[in-house]
Amino acid sequence: MVLAIHLAYWQQTIIKSIAVLLCVLLPAGAFVNLFLFKMSSFMQSRLGPMEAGPHGQLQLLAEVGKSLQKEDITPAKADEKLFKLAPYLIVASVLLVYVVVPFGPDAYFTNLDVGIFYALAVSSLSVIGVLIAGWASANKYSLLGGLRAAGQLIAYELPMVLAVVGVVIQAGTLNMQGIVAAQANGEIFGFSGLGNPYILTQFVGFFIFLVAAQAELTQTPFDMPVAESEIVAGYMTEYSGLRFLLFFIAEFASVGAFGALAATLFLGGWYLPGLDMTANYMNVLGPIIVLTKIIVIAGVIFFVRFTYPRFREDQLQKVAWTFLIPLSLANIFLTAILKVVF
Amino acid sequence: MTAVSDRQQLQYIAGQAADARVNVELETEGMTLNLGPQHPATHGTLRIIVKLDGEQVISADTVMGYMHRGYEKLVEVRTYPQVTTLINRIDWLSSFANEVPFILAAEKLMEVEAPPRAQWIRTILFEMARVANIGLFLGEMGLQLGAMTAAFYAFRDREFVLNQIEAVTGGRFHPNFDRIGGLKDDLPKGWIDETKIVMKRMREFCDEMEELLVGNEIFQARMRGIGVIPAEVGLSYGLSGANIRASGVDWDIRRDGGPTPLPYKDLDFTVWTHPDGDSFARYWVRLQETREATRLVDQMLNGLPGGSIMAKVPRIIKVPEGEAYVETENPLGAMGYYIVSKGDLGPFRVKIRSASFSNVSIAPWVLRGVYVPDIITILGSLYFILGDIDR
Repeated sequence: MVLAIHLAYWQQTIIKSIAVLLCVLLPAGAFVNLFLFKMSSFMQSRLGPMEAGPHGQLQLLAEVGKSLQKEDITPAKADEKLFKLAPYLIVASVLLVYVVVPFGPDAYFTNLDVGIFYALAVSSLSVIGVLIAGWASANKYSLLGGLRAAGQLIAYELPMVLAVVGVVIQAGTLNMQGIVAAQANGEIFGFSGLGNPYILTQFVGFFIFLVAAQAELTQTPFDMPVAESEIVAGYMTEYSGLRFLLFFIAEFASVGAFGALAATLFLGGWYLPGLDMTANYMNVLGPIIVLTKIIVIAGVIFFVRFTYPRFREDQLQKVAWTFLIPLSLANIFLTAILKVVF
Repeated sequence: MTAVSDRQQLQYIAGQAADARVNVELETEGMTLNLGPQHPATHGTLRIIVKLDGEQVISADTVMGYMHRGYEKLVEVRTYPQVTTLINRIDWLSSFANEVPFILAAEKLMEVEAPPRAQWIRTILFEMARVANIGLFLGEMGLQLGAMTAAFYAFRDREFVLNQIEAVTGGRFHPNFDRIGGLKDDLPKGWIDETKIVMKRMREFCDEMEELLVGNEIFQARMRGIGVIPAEVGLSYGLSGANIRASGVDWDIRRDGGPTPLPYKDLDFTVWTHPDGDSFARYWVRLQETREATRLVDQMLNGLPGGSIMAKVPRIIKVPEGEAYVETENPLGAMGYYIVSKGDLGPFRVKIRSASFSNVSIAPWVLRGVYVPDIITILGSLYFILGDIDR
């Protein structure tokens, strides 16, 4: 980390540990407060929480406090060790995604050469946690929810990876910093004023990525694993107190994680046109830019969530295999041809 | 009609195949899932025991009675005016509609007829109860499919109708307003104009639901072809109301129910039917019915006759010996009261025919071979109120 001051390795490690926790908790809290409490309320013509703090802004703290006080229940027939392990696995997978997301020229946790490959790999680790939660709860609704989640996450991993391949072809690198740099220095048919944020040239990929992310995050219209009117709360049914809170944080933090990936891959990451890429102040400005882009993408995700009814499991598979995957393959094909031609 | 039968046949074959897999080959172990009595989608305490093969339903059994309140027995120890308080609570979303058939049956026994103005106001409130009830269904169906927003819109707009009912009766949910021989009170001042505005708003609400849900591709994919009930099967299970009209049976007690003191014969309205018999058809028919009901209310408000609202009835009501059955087209379907009187202050025996009991009895037949999410769709589109099943 090359900041204006030199930091020892242990100091950097402490800063990075705190920062990665902030990365998970800040967007998660912001989404719950902004989108779940307020935006959904205004969309549904109600006020939302109004009592705790000015305009209900402290409701989040109240909810966390409530969850911490609740009894930690383990069902009698549950597989106790696995049951307790599952929420941590899911949170861990979110934390691991953030490790490769760059926030500035020097503000990153690691700069892996296979960054995006790694991010997509660890983001699908959460399915193991979900399956464990569904099985270990010894509850039939949980089992149905866990199995649905597994089927869904596997089906949507493929279009997501294929959508990212288009970006990788265009950028010529798997490195996340490299992708940001390629967008900042790129040009569209000779016009380089904006750089080349890939949302402009890879809009098909962006669309597929968002749809697949919606499904991976189990948000409506793809929320069958937690469909409250069918299987109560799916794999989360038996969890209470802190463990439920962990699931909840993971759900919203992973929206942030996928938002960060989408921002980096398609919206130019921590860079905005007109700024100096190598300047030191980008290490401070960069995180703010990324967070803003994350919130914009999360806004789209939650807007869709509060608008649509949900698919049935077989219809969802049909959408994935007969529409998204052929479309993303066509996108790769076209991108490759254009890459060679221009 | 043939298309419907074909689909139904396919569904039946799928059910049979699921049976065969479990019973003969013993490859997979079935799972028994208890949907309810406490379950978010049964909105009440209906229990459905579902045998599953994966997510496919092999058999489904409905278990009722978790909410049985014994109204048929309770009314035997009450006087006629007291009964309306109880029967308000049968179908609690359209309480006033529960009172009307009972009062009509008692009036029939006493050979009293309420004056025209009372009959018209009765019918206005009856149709408003329909708007409040079915209007809620229109949004609630979205909730069952995961579109939470629609349900909030339904709750918001239903409140306007309930306010109007409250303005007349004093009770938002349980009016207890109908009397033998007429009504408790006349309409308050300015109510007619307000109600016209509310009815216009409810028509806008129907348009909103049509845009939000009916036009939505996911909604259509979830509803079309799901839970097909052919007309003859529906009739044999005793389905009524929008459920049977959605299967193409053109039958509405308001129009075809024989002589009734309610002024439906003076009104101009359409009975909507749909040939498909699936969940979407049931939703669509109810959507049209809500619109039709608001138009009916408008018509009645314009043609409201003057005069008294109470016929001459004795202070202490004694119903002469005899038996009477009166059925009306309630929001959920046909609802009737069979009253046996021995000439006392209260009825000797009352049999309540409520719509939801028959409507839900088709569930084991229609749920065979469908997937778990479709259970919710089908039950939601059959539209029952738990109080109306268990009484």
